[in-house]
Amino acid sequence: MAEVKDPDDGVQIDLISGERMAGLASMEKIRMILDGVRDGNIVILEEGLSPDEESRLIEVTMTEISPDEFNGIEIETYPKSEAADASILDRLMGKQSTQKLTVIGPANQIETLHKDETLISALVSRK
Amino acid sequence: MGLLTNLKDSISRAASTLFSEEDPKRIGIYGPPNAGKTTLANRIARDWTGDAVGPESHVPHETRRARRKENVEIERDGKKVTIDIVDTPGVTTKVDYTEFLEHDMEKDDAVRRSREATEGVAEAMHWLREDVDGVIYVLDSATDPFTQVNTMLIGIIESQDLPVLILANKIDLEESSVQRIRNAYPQHETIPLSALEGDNMDEVYDKIAEYFG
Repeated sequence: MAEVKDPDDGVQIDLISGERMAGLASMEKIRMILDGVRDGNIVILEEGLSPDEESRLIEVTMTEISPDEFNGIEIETYPKSEAADASILDRLMGKQSTQKLTVIGPANQIETLHKDETLISALVSRK
Repeated sequence: MGLLTNLKDSISRAASTLFSEEDPKRIGIYGPPNAGKTTLANRIARDWTGDAVGPESHVPHETRRARRKENVEIERDGKKVTIDIVDTPGVTTKVDYTEFLEHDMEKDDAVRRSREATEGVAEAMHWLREDVDGVIYVLDSATDPFTQVNTMLIGIIESQDLPVLILANKIDLEESSVQRIRNAYPQHETIPLSALEGDNMDEVYDKIAEYFG
């Protein structure tokens, strides 16, 4: 990631393209997300994570929570998973689409104001 | 002779596999904290085995270890369905020990509880990926079901092709809305109940037998 300015200046937002994520292994993606979030950044993924990666993200986040230091993450995606709609053939061929914009931030800095099938509204505060 | 013996052994192995009783299916009870998972697990266990699974509490993260109750035999229409119930800690993406201080807890106890809670959530996720054959997803029908944890968990369950039954718990509360849950997850059947009061448990057991039998 680019050099971070003084956090007092504002909140850093990293928008990560699907192309950049595609070249990474699952644990590399999770590490990149958590490193950014633990620095106080908001990470936006163009194409999100697969369900299995989401499950591992929760698991790794839990192992890193530490009192007075890191409370965990707030994560938001649209509710509808395209993977659930994929045809059986697509799923057998491994062609599950998991493309869904995903926003991840430190739990103590991001608060979801409203969420439905088509809109996510969040309030981001400084540390 | 050796060939004949081998053939006989193979046939007998195949026959014993065909006719042996299936191992009980492990059914994980999942959902966010305070949805009533342990109350439900205890209700099922007490109804069919006479024992409870674990302590219930209004303080979030009372269950901090996955607990298994083995060989719960549920009888429906003369047929027996045997399942292992796995009561899991409520899944979340954040745990803040200061929230426990609001429940009259000392800081040391709150920090310990939060550490155990995080371990429990990690454990629950591991069970979901590796060790359950089906899921009962419990939601508090008096709260908004459109949360990220619910969306992600149901997505994870669907991606693993696990059978899932959604239970809209706490219908005894005035603010309860089962329809809100049906609207949020229309791709799954939603069964209303009150695990605390024992309301509509017959339908719950019918569905458990249908989905996991």
